[in-house]
Amino acid sequence: MNFDWQTLWFILVGVLFTGYAILDGFDLGVGALHLFVKDDTERRIFLNAIGPIWDGNEVWLVTGGGALFAAFPEAYATVFSGFYLAFMLLLVALIFRAVAIEFRSKQPMKWWRQAWDISFSISSILSAFLIGVAMGNLAWGIPLDAGHEFAGTFLGLLKPFPILLGLTTVSLFAMHGSIFIVLKTEGALQAKLKGWVKNTMITFILFYVLTTFATLIYIPRMMTTLQQAPWLFIVPVLNVLAIANIPRNVSKGQGFGAFLSSCAALFFLMALFGIGVYPYMVFSNPSPENSLTIYNAASSVTTLKIMSLFVAVGLPLILSYTLSIYWIFRGKVKLDSLSY
Amino acid sequence: MDALALSRAQFGLTIAFHYIFPPLSIGLGLCLVLFEGFYLFTREKLYLEIARFYTRIFGLIFAMGVATGVVMEFQFGTNWASYSRFVGDVFGSALAAEGVFAFFLESGFLGLLLFGWDRIKPRTHFFATLMVCLGAHFSAVWIVVANSWQQTPAGYHLVGQPGGGIRAEVTDFWQVVFSPSTVSRIWHVYMGAWQAGAFAVLSISAYYLLKKKYETFAKTGLKMALVVAAAASLLQLFSGHDSAKVVAATQPAKLAAYEGHYETAAAPLYLFGWVDEKNGQTHGVSIPGLLSYLVSGQSDAPVTGLNAFTPDKRPPINFVFQTYHAMIAIGIALIAIAWFGLFLWWRGGLWKARWFLWVLVLSVLLPQAANQLGWFSAEVGRQPYIVYNLMKTSDALSKSVKAGEVLTSMILFGFIYSLLFVLFIYLLNDKIQHGPETKEEQGHRA
Ligand code: HDD
Ligand code: HEM
Ligand code: HEM
Repeated sequence: MNFDWQTLWFILVGVLFTGYAILDGFDLGVGALHLFVKDDTERRIFLNAIGPIWDGNEVWLVTGGGALFAAFPEAYATVFSGFYLAFMLLLVALIFRAVAIEFRSKQPMKWWRQAWDISFSISSILSAFLIGVAMGNLAWGIPLDAGHEFAGTFLGLLKPFPILLGLTTVSLFAMHGSIFIVLKTEGALQAKLKGWVKNTMITFILFYVLTTFATLIYIPRMMTTLQQAPWLFIVPVLNVLAIANIPRNVSKGQGFGAFLSSCAALFFLMALFGIGVYPYMVFSNPSPENSLTIYNAASSVTTLKIMSLFVAVGLPLILSYTLSIYWIFRGKVKLDSLSY
Repeated sequence: MDALALSRAQFGLTIAFHYIFPPLSIGLGLCLVLFEGFYLFTREKLYLEIARFYTRIFGLIFAMGVATGVVMEFQFGTNWASYSRFVGDVFGSALAAEGVFAFFLESGFLGLLLFGWDRIKPRTHFFATLMVCLGAHFSAVWIVVANSWQQTPAGYHLVGQPGGGIRAEVTDFWQVVFSPSTVSRIWHVYMGAWQAGAFAVLSISAYYLLKKKYETFAKTGLKMALVVAAAASLLQLFSGHDSAKVVAATQPAKLAAYEGHYETAAAPLYLFGWVDEKNGQTHGVSIPGLLSYLVSGQSDAPVTGLNAFTPDKRPPINFVFQTYHAMIAIGIALIAIAWFGLFLWWRGGLWKARWFLWVLVLSVLLPQAANQLGWFSAEVGRQPYIVYNLMKTSDALSKSVKAGEVLTSMILFGFIYSLLFVLFIYLLNDKIQHGPETKEEQGHRA
């Protein structure tokens, strides 16, 4: 039997985007909550909680994009040109987020800080929402023609299901971010934020249940792979357990445990999504015969092999220094002369 | 305008704006390594002060580089989908490698570089600085590999696809990486970046000296940067010459356009001039036989002229003639400035020559201009091809994107980038005005 390089790369691209969801997920979540703290020092604590790491987190998205281009060029071309305006909005949001973090505390004027606070928060929420909408469209399927070109419209991307997934993503990241920010704060601020964890958690769980039912009812295709390989049912089970573990950790006051559970929940959610869409990269709805699968969208096996070598060398390096850097910046945020 | 013209304009705008920042990140990164290295070696507080000051500037520049770079990563897919389908198998791996080997490195250690001063030991901090600098240099390697492959494709074959259409697939990875133009262009890009970084330090230092502020600080920074600037500027001349030889061998139509050279015959080198594209003539001041000599070592050797190519296979001639010659003129001017500075330093007159300090203040703009002009020459000179001799730019567009959509995004980017540029200059100026003192010394502005 030939080794299935395409499936390996489907998983590897998935790993990169999952890394992005877990890491930038809490960054975006912190951003989504940013406007809810009013005091300047508290807002600076929010910013500096993610200050040294947000750029490294965003690189998971950039590299995921690069890997998608290299491993599945047809999917890269179809999705990015098809979602043109939506992606331009996402790019604009990411630009504003990056410069807002950098610019905000550089000037003392109240209007200046207010303006960047707003753009930081709005762009974080918008990024999370658009990412969810994009995933929702991939799950639902988008109209493709025989040349694999997107044959729909921008407004056609805003169907109820993708919007639901967009909102779910925002609530998920907000929960993830609030759990993270509790870890980085202390005292009265921390006590206040702990209350937020409960609220964001309840919101997320509502959306989660809604999305699950919507998927089961409207997109039975997402169940095909699970039915063919029943052992994969372990993934949704672990997913539910991870999510259920968050309130347990929270009520026991295990902040770090809650964060790990939340990371695990994100991981299994992404895995579940991957299992659901597999073996399609871009499902065509209507005319499924025009779909892009991991086979007709992939690069040559030679290229996939070369890139596997990159990953084998690169990923251990990346993980080792990412972990060291997180370790160095562990602990509560302390504002000093270097802070944002 | 149609979607093609708009997409080209948008790509040109966004990449040119992005490319304001990478050369500074690369060149200033090198300077940071030098400053901090000197501090570790001598334990002089002064070097630490210099390193910390330029790190703050670096942070601002880097953030702009990141914000504008993310746009670039996705534009191949959004605007050039047909191109992406055609080259993805080859070109995508270079982009992915850039993420895996360069961006993770630089962005990971950036946090330590900016915020780690008081958390980690000086040696560990120096290591972080080194890694950020190295990461920035790596990213240039991979992006230039990708671009060089599209200039001089190698190590691929064309394969028909089941759904119709063809694409390029890798046959030999190392030939892709070391396509004929890769090595010469990487050196050229590096030297251009080092010049950008070194002249930025020169400019800021000279400004302080003219304002009689932080004088010891400024003098030390200026001397160190002057050495880098002088070395990089001279090396740039040789590396440019090397690039030109590669262009002559691999892209004759481009070289002929650079020099406005029509008849295949012995070719002069123009100092400056004007190409009359209608009548196929070039007017200007030239040195006879020099281009032939530079390309092949003999002043009477024939150089392929534009007449050997039908008009639809020629790039815009006068445009690249001008950008190319402006780049070279700037290159010569930078050598003159840097080496004259060394001369003044040696004669002990550097701090008194106020007019020269003013030249240094303004000189920061020259490498920036030359970097942009160089890319415009190389990229426009490649036209009408997007992948040289394999794919025309007009066939590379996204089929599903409409002109109106590109116009919308173009206006959006135009607006945002103008805003960002103004704010960037404002904050940069603010940092320079505040000088090397830390926030505590200024009584906590924050
Ligand atoms: C010669 C160097 C060079 C060139 C030609 C380019 N870049 Fe660049 N890029 C860099 C050198 C660089 C850098 C030095 O690595 C930057 C600039 C400052 C920075 O933060 O990293 C960067 C940042 C940067 C980022 C953000 C990385 C992060 O989040 O840390 C992306 C995604 C890109 N670039 C992508 C591109 C693409 C797709 C290009 C071509 C079309 C491109 N760059 C041209
Ligand atoms: C960073 C400096 C760069 C500058 C200033 C630059 C400049 C330009 C300009 C002005 C154009 C438009 C040309 C025209 O329409 O006539 C262009 C097009 C293009 N460039 Fe570059 N470029 C740079 C780097 C790169 C790199 C690193 C790559 C690839 C890895 C690249 C790939 C392309 C592509 C795909 C196009 C679009 C098609 C075309 O119009 O030729 N460029 N670039
Ligand atoms: C000193 C004389 C110089 C010569 C003879 C020279 C020569 C060249 C040549 C022949 C190319 C085209 C390569 C191609 O088409 O692939 C080029 C491109 C370029 N030049 Fe120069 N150059 C000089 C100075 C400079 C300076 C001072 C800078 C910047 C500070 C610079 C930055 C660039 C850049 C960024 C490119 C595009 C990237 C590339 O193709 O390598 N050049 N140069």
